[in-house]
Amino acid sequence: MIAKPSIPDVLREPGAQIGKPVSRVDGRLKVTGGAKYAAEFSAPGLAHGYIVSSTIARGRITRIDTSAALALPGVLHVFTHENRPSLAWFDRKWKDDDAPKGSPFRPLYDAEIIHSLQPVALVVAESFELARYAARLVQVEYEAAPHRTDLHAHRDDTFTPGKDKGGFQPPPKPRGDADRALAEAEVSVDLEFTQATEHHNPMEMHASTVIHHEDGTLAVYDKTQGAQNSHSWICNVFNLSKSDVRVLSPFVGGAFGSGLRPQHQLFMAVLAATQLKRSVRVELSRPQMFSFGHRPETIQRVALGARKDGTLTALIHEAVQESSQNENYVEIVVNWSGQQYKCDNVRLDYKLCRLDVHTPLDQRAPGAATGVPALEIAMDELAHKLGMDPVELRLKNYTDTDPNTGKPFSSKELRACFQQGAERFGWAKRNPKPRSMREGRQLIGWGMASGVWDAMQGQAVAKATLGVDGRLTVGSATADIGTGTYTVMTQIAADVLGLSVKDVTFHLGDSSLPMAPIEGGSWTVSSVGSAVKAACDRVRDRLVTAASKMKGGPLAGIGNQEVVFADGHLVAKADPSRRVSITDVMRASELLTIEEEARSVPYLLARSRHALGTHSAIFAEVRVDEGLGTVQVTRVVSAIAAGRIINPKTARSQIMGAVVWGIGMALEEETFTDHTLGRYMNHDIAEYHIPVNADVHDIDVIFVEEHDEVVNPLGAKGVGEIGIVGVPAAIANAIFHATGVRVCDLPITVDKILEGLRRNRGD
Amino acid sequence: MPHPMGFAPPPPEVMAVTLTVNGVETTLQVAPWTSLLDALRLHLDLTGTKKGCDHGQCGACTVLVDGRRINSCLTLAVMQDGRSVTTIEGLASGDTLHPLQKAFVENDAFQCGYCTPGQICSAAGLLAEGKAKTDDDIRELMSGNLCRCGAYPNIVKAIRQVMGEGGA
Ligand code: FES
Ligand code: FES
Repeated sequence: MIAKPSIPDVLREPGAQIGKPVSRVDGRLKVTGGAKYAAEFSAPGLAHGYIVSSTIARGRITRIDTSAALALPGVLHVFTHENRPSLAWFDRKWKDDDAPKGSPFRPLYDAEIIHSLQPVALVVAESFELARYAARLVQVEYEAAPHRTDLHAHRDDTFTPGKDKGGFQPPPKPRGDADRALAEAEVSVDLEFTQATEHHNPMEMHASTVIHHEDGTLAVYDKTQGAQNSHSWICNVFNLSKSDVRVLSPFVGGAFGSGLRPQHQLFMAVLAATQLKRSVRVELSRPQMFSFGHRPETIQRVALGARKDGTLTALIHEAVQESSQNENYVEIVVNWSGQQYKCDNVRLDYKLCRLDVHTPLDQRAPGAATGVPALEIAMDELAHKLGMDPVELRLKNYTDTDPNTGKPFSSKELRACFQQGAERFGWAKRNPKPRSMREGRQLIGWGMASGVWDAMQGQAVAKATLGVDGRLTVGSATADIGTGTYTVMTQIAADVLGLSVKDVTFHLGDSSLPMAPIEGGSWTVSSVGSAVKAACDRVRDRLVTAASKMKGGPLAGIGNQEVVFADGHLVAKADPSRRVSITDVMRASELLTIEEEARSVPYLLARSRHALGTHSAIFAEVRVDEGLGTVQVTRVVSAIAAGRIINPKTARSQIMGAVVWGIGMALEEETFTDHTLGRYMNHDIAEYHIPVNADVHDIDVIFVEEHDEVVNPLGAKGVGEIGIVGVPAAIANAIFHATGVRVCDLPITVDKILEGLRRNRGD
Repeated sequence: MPHPMGFAPPPPEVMAVTLTVNGVETTLQVAPWTSLLDALRLHLDLTGTKKGCDHGQCGACTVLVDGRRINSCLTLAVMQDGRSVTTIEGLASGDTLHPLQKAFVENDAFQCGYCTPGQICSAAGLLAEGKAKTDDDIRELMSGNLCRCGAYPNIVKAIRQVMGEGGA
């Protein structure tokens, strides 16, 4: 059952599918409008739900008047906490695969309001427009209680969380005496950073369509990063039998973490469908996309001490991050700083502050995208103070072991990232002096930073079915949120059996498929890819055995390691003229199908002896208008070390897209809160700015060769997160180089640059 | 919130609207409050046209009306009576993809694919307008179509490729 810890030769055959820039196998569906997303499935008599959101941040509902809404012909029902059916009582029933410690939010459970925009009612009507109209007629009265939403005002009222979420590690114990080393350092920097709240805002708004069958079974089309996560959650919450519910999610219009936990539209749609015994769709509005998880606002301090030659002697990284009142959302913000550089005196500290907000939620490279830029901006400032090249400073403190644990990295080609990235960018020509490049009013700057992310793997199961026609079907209940899962899994499967990608169909996004973990943290290729490979390896073994048993056949008596698979054939390695087609083997053995299921588990022992991670070096060029303070990111080179790249085409797109996210994080994205109301002010995508086409220019992606036999049988580490980490720092550092203005408060908006320019001019 | 008029007016009556959608003339019974986007998605089951905001902020709902690109969420179906609408489902001819569709696949100009129909319809409108000459023009004139996956550089490449081939 368990994949063997070696990379079989079959993966290294010429013509293999792994490593090819294959165009997305679902591309045609996506460009023709044929790909269907959660809100696009329908059924006769489909009813539409529209959610009413709270207007206060904390307090109680004292009265809900639904009479005006219910009076409209065509309005079917208004669900509130007053008329909801019985629901699960224990917290554990409301937990999902990504839930942190605490008591998960329960929609429509009681009169209590714990955050603004909390769903308080669901109007169900015969048409979408009618439901939306009727939702406006629902009158809700509240008794407001004092709320707190301002992290800066409450930054001292914190606590230290424990191991409160899967995958989270509290910071390691201090090494040496960082505070003393800092005080005694020859050169030091001490900076405070803030990272604004950000919302995921995938282009597809969260939606669930529940098809209610006559026998009471449900087909639930949900926007999720884990069909099985949604499946077990609704079965637990509504006490439904697992076999009566199937969750489907064949296409997901982006998620970036927003689909890691079942969101309340799913609850609402299932509630209405089971109560009304009708098919129901509930789609959030764009403002309601700000009513659940977000990247938490964070205040950080990074202090570095160094000798004059650049050797780091002190490193302090402290972070205070918001969480909700009901759950301890945690992410790894500061630990990276203890891992990225050699330093004898390190103190890392991570605290939470409870606010009256919805629980934050993993967003692309959660924690690292917040913490690493702070470290990397501080490193830039240190390089500046030392009069040292920023790349050189990083190389000076480079480490091949993880100082947090003392373990060697299974592979770490960050040096090559620095070298190849710098060369492609033309870094050698950089004049280190800030404000040294100008074209008219445009100040030009070059900055760089490094990045790091994990290389995780979870357990997963895949099933492979080979037909006598030579067509292979593989399935696992994972997701493709734009990441290219369909395509890379197809390639991995085709590769093992020497098939063309056209002969392989991969199924995902269906809770009835073999078990896969939620798609997040860049671990899908590692987890599910390994299972796909393992299942296909077993099919391969059975074919070889069958071929070897074919009396008088060209491969009679052949051993497993003596065969390669190519062009739908089994071929003797030693003599390629000895070959037989897959179809002939199956016919001769009277096999209609070969079906194999396999579970992949991480190489626990090898992994426990190593540190694992992906790494990057980012180089950025900006142009800053000296009069207006506007910034254009004109050029980015991102050099990535992430093990083997299964598909350079889709992987490049992921890195490119993550660089665009980095641009947003550096310059644009910020959810503003009106602390008087405890409510987000810019909750739509006109006011919440994400990069548009005109904000994005040249992005050059380099995949550095990296060989890794510990990470998994594929040697691939995943690229979903690493692309964003460090990008905001490279841009911030380029802005400093252009203008001499150091902004540590992300996003770096025009006002902050203009103020810095004024300050530096002395006016 | 109580209705400003002190009572809730009843929902509007449906009206007949005739649209030529992807070359086929269709008469729909829709209420005047139905957007062109919802008419396409909910009444005609043409779900290729996407809803990303419903407020004219994202471009996911871009379609061509009499050859011009518009945000279909920002217009009511009844306002388009008698017009001709082309959606993503109407761009290919049979099995042959429109050059933009082909270029988007080749250049990996999307990831999740949700903004893609809007991007492609918008690009078709852009080509017809004939204003874009440089990459910067394309970037500027495609900036009404958000892509959260950040496929922008590849979108520009795909459009430039089709422009280089002499348009569509
Ligand atoms: S849905 Fe029309 S612009 Fe966003
Ligand atoms: S491809 Fe996902 S939003 Fe553009």
